[in-house]
Amino acid sequence: MSTFLQQLINGISLGAIYSLIALGYTMVYGVLKLINFAHGDVYMVGAFMGFYLANGLGARGAQMLGMSGDGIVARGLLGGGAMEPSLITALVVMLLAMAICAAIGVIIERFAYRPVRKYSRLTALITAIGVSLLLENGGQVVFGAEPKFFPELFSKRNIDLVGGASINSADIIVLVIAIVLMIALQLIVYRTKTGRAMRAVSFNLQSAKLMGINTDRIIAFTFALGSALAAAAGVLVAIRIPRIDPLMGILVGLKAFVAAVLGGIGNIPGAMLGGLLIGITETMVVGYLSPTYKDAVAFAILILILLFRPSGLLGTVAQEKV
Amino acid sequence: MPRYLRNLIIALVVIAVLIGLDFVFQGRMLNPYFVRILMLSGIAITLAVSLNLINGFTGQFSIGHAGFMAVGAYSSAYFSVNYGVNLANSLGGGKVGWVVALLVSTLIGAFFAGLAGLAVGIPSLRLRGDYLAIVTLGFGQIIVVFLNNIEAVGGARGYSGIPIVKSFFWIFLVAVLTIVIVYNIVNSAFGRALISIREDELAAEAMGVNTTRYKVMAFVISSALAGAGGVLLAHFDGYLNPKSFEFIKSFEILIMIILGGLGSIVGSVLGAIVLTVLPEALRGFAEYRMVIYSLLLIILMITRPQGLLGSTGPLKAWRKRRKLTAENAGGGPAAAPTSPSTVATQPERPAPGGENLR
Repeated sequence: MSTFLQQLINGISLGAIYSLIALGYTMVYGVLKLINFAHGDVYMVGAFMGFYLANGLGARGAQMLGMSGDGIVARGLLGGGAMEPSLITALVVMLLAMAICAAIGVIIERFAYRPVRKYSRLTALITAIGVSLLLENGGQVVFGAEPKFFPELFSKRNIDLVGGASINSADIIVLVIAIVLMIALQLIVYRTKTGRAMRAVSFNLQSAKLMGINTDRIIAFTFALGSALAAAAGVLVAIRIPRIDPLMGILVGLKAFVAAVLGGIGNIPGAMLGGLLIGITETMVVGYLSPTYKDAVAFAILILILLFRPSGLLGTVAQEKV
Repeated sequence: MPRYLRNLIIALVVIAVLIGLDFVFQGRMLNPYFVRILMLSGIAITLAVSLNLINGFTGQFSIGHAGFMAVGAYSSAYFSVNYGVNLANSLGGGKVGWVVALLVSTLIGAFFAGLAGLAVGIPSLRLRGDYLAIVTLGFGQIIVVFLNNIEAVGGARGYSGIPIVKSFFWIFLVAVLTIVIVYNIVNSAFGRALISIREDELAAEAMGVNTTRYKVMAFVISSALAGAGGVLLAHFDGYLNPKSFEFIKSFEILIMIILGGLGSIVGSVLGAIVLTVLPEALRGFAEYRMVIYSLLLIILMITRPQGLLGSTGPLKAWRKRRKLTAENAGGGPAAAPTSPSTVATQPERPAPGGENLR
């Protein structure tokens, strides 16, 4: 029972991160019908931006003290630090990383995807793979191929729960931030004019254009939003598990995409649900079967969805028009 | 001359040429490094041409070719190590025995890779859309995870002790066979069905093409040929490592056919050779190689999405010119091509893939 509860907690925390990334996939797919393969790598860039920002802001942590245990509060490098490591630092780091990645997302869209939008969708897909590899290999050159360790931004504690399980304070923060971000996204998409325009574009790009929507700007905005969420996920992952490397986005990106398909691609609540389900299933497999095959779980789930419910859990079957 | 006789003669000539070249290369008259690159190009040709069948001609997007290659390589290597040696010895251990053992091994590799293709293809090709891309990507990753954990084939340490067959003849025989198979498929009724699926899947279905069946068949054939390519690789160095089948490998094959042009066999062959030789020439920039590749890919997609030889490749342009001059000279339909296979199989189109990835 305690194993179950423990794995459930871990799964929800992991799943929340998958959800954040899956949202970016699903939104871009909604407006452009494009699998943005580079999305997982934007998440990686987000984690690295967080790493450099945290160090720049004066947090000193796990990288110097080794993989420290609980309770080592990092102190600033510059005489007490420009900023004391705290939850506030973590938030500032995350928000700045989100802003940088939003800009990167817009740049990718502007210079790689927009020029090929007039060609077939296969061309766009190949371009996306190109961008993904550029980020991965460029990341290896720029950031270095060896893994880096994210500084500890606040002290982590284990809080014991009833039933023998325990929850780490990092997990709570990850979950709270993820929920806040998802609520914010929900408000943007369903309560603002831009959000309405996004939904219109994803419904039908041509008609949206005819109605006077600046579709290019909406598409760029969608990329910005998705990339910002991916960056947040990157920083949150680094807070949970401080080891980051330039190839960390490949598998996570793939799983998040599966999460988006599971929920119903193009469907925002679906991506959240799918992410949680993938996260929980994965930790359950680790807990009860074997950690070796945890990376195979998402793939098995994908095959099952494609066989039994290709439109996803919350997706609707789209009729094809000729 | 009857057609079959002509084909038989061509086949014999090709085999004779390959044996002759094999003799030359085995004779150590050439730089062994050069011969090695040449043989690796042959393996790359097999892989690229087979991938082009599904990506270029059928318009479905597979990005896990290395996975099928791995299935072929490992299954054939397992056979060769555990049974192939005995089989060869029981047949006298001479040249004949080895040829039989290698043939069986190749067939086994192709069979299992085709089987994997069937398992991946059926769920993902029933649907229209980009699902094949994501499923093959996942398959490629998962195969590596499994290979890393199967101790019978060495796990993460790699699989060593596979009988080495460094034969120019064998490698290029498979490469030529792959080209012939793909060429014949593309220029048959089956191939026309595939091309119709690429151009417009809905219209193809409306015309009575069983799209799922054709897509799955093309995918299985493509996977099986990739498996044969894997068999060649397994026996080339006598050592396999799961690392060499990671996504980067699939991507390399993909960029070969995109560079050459989707839907162009000549393009695939050239792309395979260029991308095998280029890294050797760029050894000093190994660190930046993949960065350059990916930038190149993006720029190519923006400026020339059909690839260098796609749709208006030199061969097709030449053929069209020849057809035109023939029509002008002979005048009228009398000069029309005698065999329907020379009718341009691919209409001019802005980019391969078209609208069918809906």
